[in-house]
Amino acid sequence: MRDTTIAMRRQAFLSILVTLAVVTAAGQQRTAPAADAQFPAYRAPHRPDGHPDLSGIWQALVTANWDLQDHEAQSGDHPEVMGAYGAGPAGQSIVEGGEIPYRPEALAKKRDNFAKRMQVDVSDDKKWHALGDPELKCYLPGVPRATYMPFPFQIVQGSNSTILIAYEFASATRIVRMDWKQESPADAWMGWSRGRWEGETLVVDVSGQREETWFDRAGDYHTDKLHVVERYTPASPYHLMYEATIEDPNVFTRPWKIRFPLYRRMEANLQLLEFKCVPFTEELLYGAFRKPTAR
Amino acid sequence: MRDRVIRVMALAVVSMAIAFAVPVAGQAPKKYSPPRTPWGDPDLQGVWNDATSTPLQRPGTVGGKEVLTDEEAAEFQAALAHDLTRDRRDGGPEVDVNRAYNDHWMDARRLKITADRRTSLIVDPADGRIPPLVPLSPERQQARAARAAAAARFQAGLPNDHLDMSLPVRCVIRTDSPPYLPTIYNNDFQIVQSPGFVTIAPEMIHSARIIPVDGRPHLNKGLKQWLGDSRGRWDGTTLVVETTNFRSDDGVIFQNANPATFKITERFTRVAADALNYEFTVEDPTTWTKAWTALIPWNKIDPAEQMYEYACHEDNFDIIHFLTGARKRERSGERR
Repeated sequence: MRDTTIAMRRQAFLSILVTLAVVTAAGQQRTAPAADAQFPAYRAPHRPDGHPDLSGIWQALVTANWDLQDHEAQSGDHPEVMGAYGAGPAGQSIVEGGEIPYRPEALAKKRDNFAKRMQVDVSDDKKWHALGDPELKCYLPGVPRATYMPFPFQIVQGSNSTILIAYEFASATRIVRMDWKQESPADAWMGWSRGRWEGETLVVDVSGQREETWFDRAGDYHTDKLHVVERYTPASPYHLMYEATIEDPNVFTRPWKIRFPLYRRMEANLQLLEFKCVPFTEELLYGAFRKPTAR
Repeated sequence: MRDRVIRVMALAVVSMAIAFAVPVAGQAPKKYSPPRTPWGDPDLQGVWNDATSTPLQRPGTVGGKEVLTDEEAAEFQAALAHDLTRDRRDGGPEVDVNRAYNDHWMDARRLKITADRRTSLIVDPADGRIPPLVPLSPERQQARAARAAAAARFQAGLPNDHLDMSLPVRCVIRTDSPPYLPTIYNNDFQIVQSPGFVTIAPEMIHSARIIPVDGRPHLNKGLKQWLGDSRGRWDGTTLVVETTNFRSDDGVIFQNANPATFKITERFTRVAADALNYEFTVEDPTTWTKAWTALIPWNKIDPAEQMYEYACHEDNFDIIHFLTGARKRERSGERR
């Protein structure tokens, strides 16, 4: 009898706790970002400055570096040398609505880029960037491509209005200047990044990017009118939801969006290593200019 | 005559600037206590610049003096600035062509000596010079001879291929590898801290060095990197960074010391709101007869000034110019 009463009391107490938890969660949901179907509402731990902590080593698991849009598994160029090493994985489009809204003439250029993605010719300064995927040549990848290359990157969230993002690929680095309003003073391969907080989301406005970067190995490209707005939203202790709106009136008929999760790398003592790829591409770029009798 | 007057006036201005310059690197005002990050670490964040004309090693012209008087310092600085400036027309035609890459492109801060009027950045040993080499193994002597031959081909305008060029020319590493030494331009370093990490982003090239300060062990010995593997700890308000695990490629380590035995320890101490002392000690018993230490003052840049991206390899037209020039010279039998 006594046991039953205690059990009943415990049950009542538990139900109050559960109710409280639900009410609290509902309260949080109002401030938390709109919950994705994949993720229940989540609020990341906050830094002393009142903003979510995005620090950590992150990596995308999409295959968008091969192609932002739907793509089948594919053989690489020179399968007679590279075999299955050179092949690319299949993947689903990360573009909202599936298709990138190209202008017709721009779509032709994208196809031409793809056809010539492994050709390079650096014999003439003026045509230095005309051919080949910049990734093949180990050039800084630009934004957003740096985010979905098959390499990790680290967010170092400073306490002085600066967030540094370091990418393993090519040891590329970006400085995100918080609440910085200036125009981009000069074009840069990684562009100029202005950050701001919208609730739980870090919003980064990127302009001033060099026109030579591509979005993927499929030849998707842009001009110097590229404007990218990125959104990093904590979705769990182990995930950030990443979204980027891409605008370039020279190439696209309207702004378009990509969206995918970033995964926290969890290995103990994991650190970014170096993928300084210049030595890996020099033979391709410069080998033809070697003294005929040397090496 | 007019030039002489201007030079005398410039010297006077320089002397006054030096006389009034504070703080003095190496003699941190004891009372200064750096701000702290919200998680309690000394706050070193900001963009710093290490340009100076003070040479790494003490030149023979200063009579062995470690520190100069104001007057001597003014003369020393003027002489160094004269040697370093590219806005001069007193060389032959070839020198003149090289100086077309003139001071417009250079960091003007590199024409001033350190505020403490030292004659070398090296503070130990006391003679301000890199200690003598120990006898090198025959293999290392051969490797050095091969590298010297490649450098000579490059200097003669006849590189065989890109591998005859140095890592900086090839844009593999530049001033992003420790020790950080002042150079002709792009002397900025941006420090960003988050709990457990101090990150140093050098302007040239774009490799951020992310230094764990959370007590974790170094990478396993076999995993080597161009910038090595750095671990930091706080000693009072000083960040102490030890770096090992360097790759053995030519030019990765200062003066091609031995990657198996080379160790560098850097000490970063903020000594004023706008001044930081950068001190490094290198030791390698299979290269130098003893350890040596240099002290380089870092000054905070004007907050309105930006650190720019230094993308090096992406437009490295020079490599092709050097190589096509060499092939043409070979065909015509000409040397530079």
